[in-house]
Amino acid sequence: MAEQDLYQSAAGDKPAAPTRREAYEASVRRRSNRIALTSTAVVLLSVFILVPLAPGWEAVQRSFFNGEVFAKTFPGLLNAFLLDVMIFAWCAPLIALVGLGIALCRDVRAPALFPLRLFGAVYTDVFRGLPVVLVIYLIGFGIPGLGLPRPWNSPYIWGSLALILVYAAYVAEVIRSGIDSIHQSQRAAAASLGLSDADTMRFVVLPQAIRNVVPANMNLFIALQKDVALLSFIGPVEIFRQAGVYKSLYANFTPYVGAALIFLALTIPATRYADYLMNKQNRRRR
Amino acid sequence: MKRITTSALALVLSAGTAMAMGHSDCAAGKTLVEDTLTIATGNPAYYPWVMDDNPESGEGFEAAVGYAIAEKMGYGPDMVTWVRTSFDEAIQPGAKNFDFNMQQYSITPEREAMVDFSLPYYTSAMAVLTTSAVIEGGAEPTLESLKGLKWGAVATTTAVPMLNEIIQPDSDPLLYNDNADVNAAIMAGQIDAALYDLPTALYLSAVVVDNGALLGQFPPDQSETPDQFGLLMEEGNPLKECVDAAITELTESGELAAIEVQWLAEATGVPVIQ
Repeated sequence: MAEQDLYQSAAGDKPAAPTRREAYEASVRRRSNRIALTSTAVVLLSVFILVPLAPGWEAVQRSFFNGEVFAKTFPGLLNAFLLDVMIFAWCAPLIALVGLGIALCRDVRAPALFPLRLFGAVYTDVFRGLPVVLVIYLIGFGIPGLGLPRPWNSPYIWGSLALILVYAAYVAEVIRSGIDSIHQSQRAAAASLGLSDADTMRFVVLPQAIRNVVPANMNLFIALQKDVALLSFIGPVEIFRQAGVYKSLYANFTPYVGAALIFLALTIPATRYADYLMNKQNRRRR
Repeated sequence: MKRITTSALALVLSAGTAMAMGHSDCAAGKTLVEDTLTIATGNPAYYPWVMDDNPESGEGFEAAVGYAIAEKMGYGPDMVTWVRTSFDEAIQPGAKNFDFNMQQYSITPEREAMVDFSLPYYTSAMAVLTTSAVIEGGAEPTLESLKGLKWGAVATTTAVPMLNEIIQPDSDPLLYNDNADVNAAIMAGQIDAALYDLPTALYLSAVVVDNGALLGQFPPDQSETPDQFGLLMEEGNPLKECVDAAITELTESGELAAIEVQWLAEATGVPVIQ
């Protein structure tokens, strides 16, 4: 779709008969398509023929691709996936907000606000350097262990907070790179128009910076979709945990394959969309 | 290698157990490593099943049963090696690194379709682990009272289906990777109670969980599907009949019951859940 747009904008003005060069290029394209198609077919065929010939294939098939177990567990997995979607839904906007806040902290220029700058730097260093699971354990069991009453000790609250803290650090770095990418001359121009530092950031720098980093942030949110499953370590029975329960119930790994399919159904379209955004942006810059 | 074989043979002969030699024939050539019985346990292996995470000592219920079964099959203590596996490693397809795996695996028909189980070596009651604060808060050993609690369990155990089928709690139970995580959740007040097999629950309430207490138990003879532990083996393992013969013999001679008395605490003080 994207390539077609490009093609039309380049050649759209003159719908005349194809030139010799265009004809030649078309034939080269057709030839590479044929080769690509053949090699793909060969690879796929050999996978589908050779893998089942392996001596352990039947055992693998029985424990990973077991139709009976799949049918029994898939509805339960879908149901558990709702929890993943919910956790994602309340984490994502908070991550965006906290991330933006930290990025702004790192960009303050007033000398009196240096502690904020220091805080931003330490925050991103610490939370980008820690494994997500460790943070989830520490915050998810540690803070409620201080003696909070129910419902304030819920693993949903503190597990989500752990995800938000870690992901906000990444998002902050991405946004900061966006802010840094805005040329100094923009700030100078804004200052010459009489805008204050805060207004410059709000009306001049941020709108451009955020637009530049949308694709990079999309990648982070795709990663978040999967890391939501890590909350299962501290109790919530989301899809990954539910698959684990089925696994031990049936002594069979098929439920994990079912869970993987459900994740892919959501992450592949999201990844494609991020790619599309990125391409669009690259084209605009060229 | 040869020397090891001969010395092992000499050992068996010097022990002079003609009986054991007879069983040894059953297992001959069927084990992973010749003249060695490889038994798998958990990592870590928990009290009171294995003492101090050291199965080689033969101390702890499962360690003792392991050596007793090996003895009946004709493998002396120094012909037994221990390895560690997770649950997932035990059920994965492909070659296994153990002859049989012993870590409180409950025998269920669904699991039986994928792996082989020996005859049961222990039938466990299920018990409710909680804290004295929850009991003071009015929790009683009745199903009615249990329904209202916030539940937790280890996700890979048969406690999960039991929770959902028998207790049917009002709120969804929270599930964890292992005992340590469940205990952390109990101590953090995120769950009121957790369902365990009785020996594990007794140990956790006495030693691990602060102010831990047992609210009650579901005795095995009152359950339609009691929680029975079996040795897990690869599907179609030829060793199964030898292991089963050894367990039958241990059960009939009363040796198994004696090991149970030695290592698993009496649980008569725990009230039965109505």
